[in-house]
Amino acid sequence: MSLEVGQRVRVAAREHPGHHRTPGYLKGRVGTVERCHGSFTNPETRAYGDSGLPEKALYLVRFDNGVPVYADIFEHWLEAE
Amino acid sequence: MSHDHDGHDHEHQHEPIGHDSEPPSAARARALEELLVEKGVITREDVRLGIDWLVSRSPADGARLVARAWIDPAFKERLLDDARVAALEVGLDPGPSPKVAAVENTDDVHHMVVCTLCSCYPRGLLGPPPAWYKSLPYRSRAVSEPRAVLAEFGLELDPEVELRVLDSTADVRYLVLPRRPDGTEGMTEDELAALVTRDSMIGVAQPLAPAAV
Repeated sequence: MSLEVGQRVRVAAREHPGHHRTPGYLKGRVGTVERCHGSFTNPETRAYGDSGLPEKALYLVRFDNGVPVYADIFEHWLEAE
Repeated sequence: MSHDHDGHDHEHQHEPIGHDSEPPSAARARALEELLVEKGVITREDVRLGIDWLVSRSPADGARLVARAWIDPAFKERLLDDARVAALEVGLDPGPSPKVAAVENTDDVHHMVVCTLCSCYPRGLLGPPPAWYKSLPYRSRAVSEPRAVLAEFGLELDPEVELRVLDSTADVRYLVLPRRPDGTEGMTEDELAALVTRDSMIGVAQPLAPAAV
């Protein structure tokens, strides 16, 4: 999956047992892709001794939380709106 | 109490010496270290070198980058494009983080940085994070009422200025490039660096005014 800068995306609202880097307060929220940082190893598997491969694309996403909040979200947590 | 062991008698006023007062997190870290050393994954020397490296970093490193960016527009572009590359260029070690991004404060936009999940921080350029940065109140309130948080730090942001909160949730570490203070024209790079505080590079304060130095 490749997302474009400016694209509207929704953060998956799913539960995830174990380590992950998607903050709860942003799950289910809609935001706008601001930047693609490139690809990084997957912390959800790397945290348990795995290589973390394949790498996942990491996006800076802008959310309106009353004030703009920008957070880095991995591609497998984002759905195109 | 007084008791007798091994054939001698003395007053025992103290608690047995041990790890009883150790916080649970410290005990866990110590147990993990013991285990990793025992299994040959790391050595004591690795741990010592890692700690030495971390505490040898300080906000003065980040301040050098900021001061250089204030006087050299081409360097500023490189810093905003890839802060790791810019840091290496001036002989600084940006640390093990895969990516460090600088974000620029201007007359119209102010950035502040938080890690709501833990304590992600550009340690290679600023040293260890302050205790408040790791505290639950800062981590939760920075994304829900950031202007109130800034006011408590003494920063009353003009309502016209757009405040952007950066939650460093993953592999990228954020360094704020503060706005250059007024009245600093003609100052040298070293003089400018002295105005750049740690908090101004987290975005919870402005740099010092030139009269304050």
